[in-house]
Amino acid sequence: MSLDVDIELVRDSFHLVARFSAQPGLTALFGRSGSGKSTLVDIVAGLVRPDRGRVAVDGKLLLSTEQDVFVPSHLRRIGYVFQDSRLFPHLSVRRNLLYGRWFTRHDGNGAATGLEAVVALLGIGHLLERRPGSLSGGEKQRVAIGRALLAHPRLLLMDEPLASLDDARRAEILPFIERLRDEAGVPILYVSHSVAEVARLATTVVLLNDGKVTATGPVVDILPQADSGEGGSVLDAVVTKHDARFQLTTLATRAGDLQVPQLSAPVGSTVRAYIRARDVMLALEPPSQISALNVLAARVAAIVDAGRAQADVRLDCNGAAVTARVTARSVEGLALAPGRPVHAVIKSVSFERS
Amino acid sequence: MTPEEWTAVRLSLLVATTATLASLPVGVAVAWLLARRQFWGKGLLDTLVHLPLILPPVVTGYLLLITFGRRAPVGVFLADNFGIVFSFRWTGAALACAVMGFPLLVRAVRLSIEAVDTRLERAAGTLGARPLWVFATVTLPLCLPGVIAGAILCFAKAMGEFGATITFVSNIPGETQTLPSLIYTLTQVPDGDAAALRLTLVSIAISMLALLGSELLARRICVRQMTA
Repeated sequence: MSLDVDIELVRDSFHLVARFSAQPGLTALFGRSGSGKSTLVDIVAGLVRPDRGRVAVDGKLLLSTEQDVFVPSHLRRIGYVFQDSRLFPHLSVRRNLLYGRWFTRHDGNGAATGLEAVVALLGIGHLLERRPGSLSGGEKQRVAIGRALLAHPRLLLMDEPLASLDDARRAEILPFIERLRDEAGVPILYVSHSVAEVARLATTVVLLNDGKVTATGPVVDILPQADSGEGGSVLDAVVTKHDARFQLTTLATRAGDLQVPQLSAPVGSTVRAYIRARDVMLALEPPSQISALNVLAARVAAIVDAGRAQADVRLDCNGAAVTARVTARSVEGLALAPGRPVHAVIKSVSFERS
Repeated sequence: MTPEEWTAVRLSLLVATTATLASLPVGVAVAWLLARRQFWGKGLLDTLVHLPLILPPVVTGYLLLITFGRRAPVGVFLADNFGIVFSFRWTGAALACAVMGFPLLVRAVRLSIEAVDTRLERAAGTLGARPLWVFATVTLPLCLPGVIAGAILCFAKAMGEFGATITFVSNIPGETQTLPSLIYTLTQVPDGDAAALRLTLVSIAISMLALLGSELLARRICVRQMTA
């Protein structure tokens, strides 16, 4: 599957110009609020008409202002999980889930399309006979995801599905979205303004800033330049060891081993580690007798001014990119410059389980 | 109660029920148009629907007479082509009641449709439901209490309708003499007071039963929809 978007829309003082393609897997539309992310997915869903442009899924034209094509949303077969789950209050969970089945003819493609499979994937079997009004926020979102999946979509849109939830509920749903990405075989366009979510879930990132697409590419390349306020870096990692006594998990990354608070993922599974730039400390000598458990050997690749007398030091850790946020004073004091070998120090407790 | 009185009660129930059932689908459709669509002439339609509410009933009845009467153009057309005759028939009384109750029905339904979250309707659209299905499976079930309230208002108005009915189809015992018409007739004759009082009590009883029934129905729907 592929999604091609090339649109332009003007509303009052807001100007949205976006052009990108999404490949299989999870594509994250990332940007701060007001950058036009939600409008963009509404256009893909057919809920908003742009002034100009085209939208195509798998080469099938859904919108083209040039050729005067507009497929209405109910014929697009694009699933949509809204921020507010929008379950039908007068129907039970089961009938909410099966709502889309009334309208889509079965054409046999897509893997997890049966009710049992979707219910098992999302862990909502015990909720089937209940009404949406009695569900928690996290349960509602899981049902909403199931409802969208069971309409056999070609593409699944998720507009900040976790934004209205607290951290505990968020942690409850994230694994289901990961399974969806890996098992359901439906490509996902995922809107988020959370670096942690994007780092964990995305295959590809489309960076949106003030109505313009500023970058597109693999998450590892794009995320570090995503947001200067909350800069950081992403490392692909494999779980190699669990330490039950200290509740730590060891991750093998290209930059070296990392010890992080214990994860539930089994040994051998792949995860992503997100390291916030301000959690990384730099030392010229390999530090000894310190509490931080992670020390990575690195070389300064570049120094970028981050404003307010701070700088982002881009490091090359054995080919992996890690960014450290330090003060301008430290840059001068340590005489940091491209090519200089340093040691990056990261406390284990600074890792969050997203 | 005399047979004449029973006839009037039965006729009133028939006229009011027919008027309500006939105007219900049209009323819901018009209410939906006014609540959800923007179109040219919307203000005109809105005014037209509300006209019977503000015009004197006698004027509405007279307008019906010169439109649907035996020699009136629309009346002649309907009689010649479909065999439908309104003038001086109980069907005419039903038409007059339907027209008089229509604005009340539309107002109640329109308000309840406007209270239905359009975001739910859009969500139904993304799941593959075409607009008519969205209406049938999401909008209508969620605004059902308002539809019932509107239908009861329309029914009550039809039970009490007097001015337009008597102007349009007169006061013929057994054909167009509804409960209010008979009560009016009885107050015009000597010794009619007892019968008029009896019918007044019947009228009050029917209205209260209708109101009670609608309350129970609406409550049951609400409970069914909102609880686990």
